[in-house]
Amino acid sequence: METVAFYSLTFLAVASALVVILQRKPVVSALALAFNLVCIAGFYLLLQAQFMALLQVIVYAGAIMVLILFVVMLLNLGDESTERPSRPIQRWLGGLLTAALALVFGFSVSAVVGAPLPDNAAPFGTAAALGQELFGRFFYPFEVISLLLLVAMIGAVLLAKRRL
Amino acid sequence: MNPEHYLIVSAVLFSLGVAGVLVRRQAITILMSIELMLNAGNLAFITFSRMHGTAEGQVYVFFIITLAAAEAAVGLAIVIALFRLRETTDVDELNLLRW
Amino acid sequence: MLDWFSTDLGFQIGTTFAKVLIVVNSLLGVVAVMTWIERRVSGVIQFRWGPNRVGPLGLFQPVADGIKFLMKEDIVPSDAYRPIFILAPAMAMVPALCAFAVIPIGPTIELFGRAVPLVIIDIDGGILFALAAASLGVYGIVSAGWSSNSKYSLMGGLRASAQMVSYELGLALSLIGVILISGSLRPTEIVAQQAGGFWHWNVFPWFTGGWQTLGFLLFVIAGFAETNRLPFDMPEAESELVAGYHTEYSSMKFSMFFMAEYVNMLTSAALAVTLFLGGYHTGLPWLDSALGQGWALWTVQILAFMAKVGCFMFFFVWVRWTLPRFRYDQLMNLGWKSLFPLALANLLVTGVLVAFDLVHQG
Repeated sequence: METVAFYSLTFLAVASALVVILQRKPVVSALALAFNLVCIAGFYLLLQAQFMALLQVIVYAGAIMVLILFVVMLLNLGDESTERPSRPIQRWLGGLLTAALALVFGFSVSAVVGAPLPDNAAPFGTAAALGQELFGRFFYPFEVISLLLLVAMIGAVLLAKRRL
Repeated sequence: MNPEHYLIVSAVLFSLGVAGVLVRRQAITILMSIELMLNAGNLAFITFSRMHGTAEGQVYVFFIITLAAAEAAVGLAIVIALFRLRETTDVDELNLLRW
Repeated sequence: MLDWFSTDLGFQIGTTFAKVLIVVNSLLGVVAVMTWIERRVSGVIQFRWGPNRVGPLGLFQPVADGIKFLMKEDIVPSDAYRPIFILAPAMAMVPALCAFAVIPIGPTIELFGRAVPLVIIDIDGGILFALAAASLGVYGIVSAGWSSNSKYSLMGGLRASAQMVSYELGLALSLIGVILISGSLRPTEIVAQQAGGFWHWNVFPWFTGGWQTLGFLLFVIAGFAETNRLPFDMPEAESELVAGYHTEYSSMKFSMFFMAEYVNMLTSAALAVTLFLGGYHTGLPWLDSALGQGWALWTVQILAFMAKVGCFMFFFVWVRWTLPRFRYDQLMNLGWKSLFPLALANLLVTGVLVAFDLVHQG
C-alpha cells in the first residue's frame, strides 16, 4: 500500500516538475509547481511528518504559489518569446551539467546505509514535537526569522513601489 | 521504503530544478525552479529527520519554508521593478551591468 | 466478502466509505436546497414572492434549475486555454468538499459492537486540514479568471485571489484563540471540551465559556470574505465586473462554481459551529440526561448539529440580502488594517487568559 502510494507520488511529482521546467506559459508552470508542492506534502505524509505536510500545503502551495501566480498574471507574461530563442549550446550545456549533478547525487545517495526507516514513536510528526524543538532549542533562530520576515516585507513593499 | 528511495526522489527533483534555472529565460520561471530546488532539499531534510527519529529536521524545514516565502516575496518585487524599467523579464535582456 | 467487513481493517474501510458517501451526497443535496432557500428568503426580505410555481411552494425549483443547467449549451471561448479552462471548476469544487472531512457531525456512535466516530478522518491536525483545503480553493478561481482570456474574468480572478489570501490570515488567526484554549488541533477534542450546557461553548466571554466572542466575530467576517459572499463578493459582482471570474462559463461548469461556493459556505458554517458553538452538543444538560445514552441522544445530537449549521446558512443568506457591497479597496483595508490587528489582539488576550489559568479546560 505504501509502495503504491510512494511510486504514484514519485511519478506525479517528477511529471509536474518536468512541466514546470519545460512549459512555455508561466501560468501553467506555476500551476504545475503548486501541484508538485502538494505531491511533496504527500511525501511528508508518507514519512509520518503530518504537521509539516499540512504546513507545506497551507504556506507553500496555498500562499507562496498564489503570490507567484498573482505576479505572473499582473505582469501579463506571455510565452517565452520565440523571437530570440535560447541558443542550442545553452540547452545542451544545461542538460549536460544537470546530468553530471544527478550522477554526483547518485553516488552520494548510495553511500547512505540501506536500513528501512525506523517506525518512530507516535509523537514524531505532531505539532507538539515540533513545538517542543522550535520553542526549546531553536528559540533564538525563531525570533530572528520573524525579524527576517519583517525585513522581507519592508523590502518587498519598497522595491515594488512606483515612487518612494 | 528505504531512505534512499526518498533521497533519490529528492535528488531528481533538485536536478530538475537546476536544469530549469540553467535553461529557462524568464525570471519568474527561474524563481519557480529555485522553489523546486528548495523543496527537494526539504524532502531530504524530512527523510533524515525520520531516520534519526528527532524533530530537528522538521524545524529546519520550517525555517526553510519561511525563508522561501521571504525570498519569493523579495524576488518577485525585484522582478516587478525590473519589468517596469525594461518591459521584459527575459534575463538575457537584463544586462545593464555588463562591461 | 461480508466477513471481511467484520475484520478491524475492513470495518474501518467500510464505515469510512459509507461516511464519505453520506457526507458528500448530503452536502450536494443541501446545496440544491440552499438555492431554493436563498431565493425564497431573499423574496421575503425584499417583500416579494420567491419562486413558488414549480411544485408546492416552489420546492422543485432546484430540480428545474438542475435540468436547465444540464440542457444549456456548453460554450468554450475559442481563445481560452482549454486544459485549465475545463479543469478550473473541479479545482474549485474538490478542496471545498475535502474540507468537510475533518468536521465531526455527531458523537461516537456504536455500530455492530464497535465505536464509530462520526468524522470522516480524525487526524491530529484537523483544523489545519480544513485551513489547507480553504487555501487550495483559491486556485480554481485564479485559473478560471486567467484561462477565460477575457479582461473581466482576469480582473475578477486577480481580485478574488488577493481577497481570499488576505482574509485567510484573519481566518487562521481567529482560530488560534480556540486552539490555545482547547490545547489541541483535533476538532473532536475541541467539541468534547464544549460538552454540557450551552454556557460551555467557546463563544461566550465568561469563565465557563471560551472567551472567544471577538474570535467568533472575526471568524464569521473572514468566512464571508473567504467564500466570496456579500458583502465581500467583489470578485463576482454582477453589476461591477459582468460576472467576474465565471463570466465565460456556461451550463454545468458554471453550476459547478455555484455549487462550490455553497459548499464553501457550508464548510465555513460547520467550522464555526464546531469551534465556537459547541459542535453537535445540544447545550441543554436536562435534555441530554433525559435522552440517556443510546440512539435517541445520538440522533438528537446530529440533528442539533444540522440545526446550528442551518441557522448559520440562514444568517449567510440574511446578510447577503441586507448589506451593500464593499468597494475593493475598502475590502482590502478591512482585511489588513482592521481584521488582522484585531485577530492579533484577540490572540494576545487569549494567551494571557490561558497563562493565568482563567479558562476552564474541558
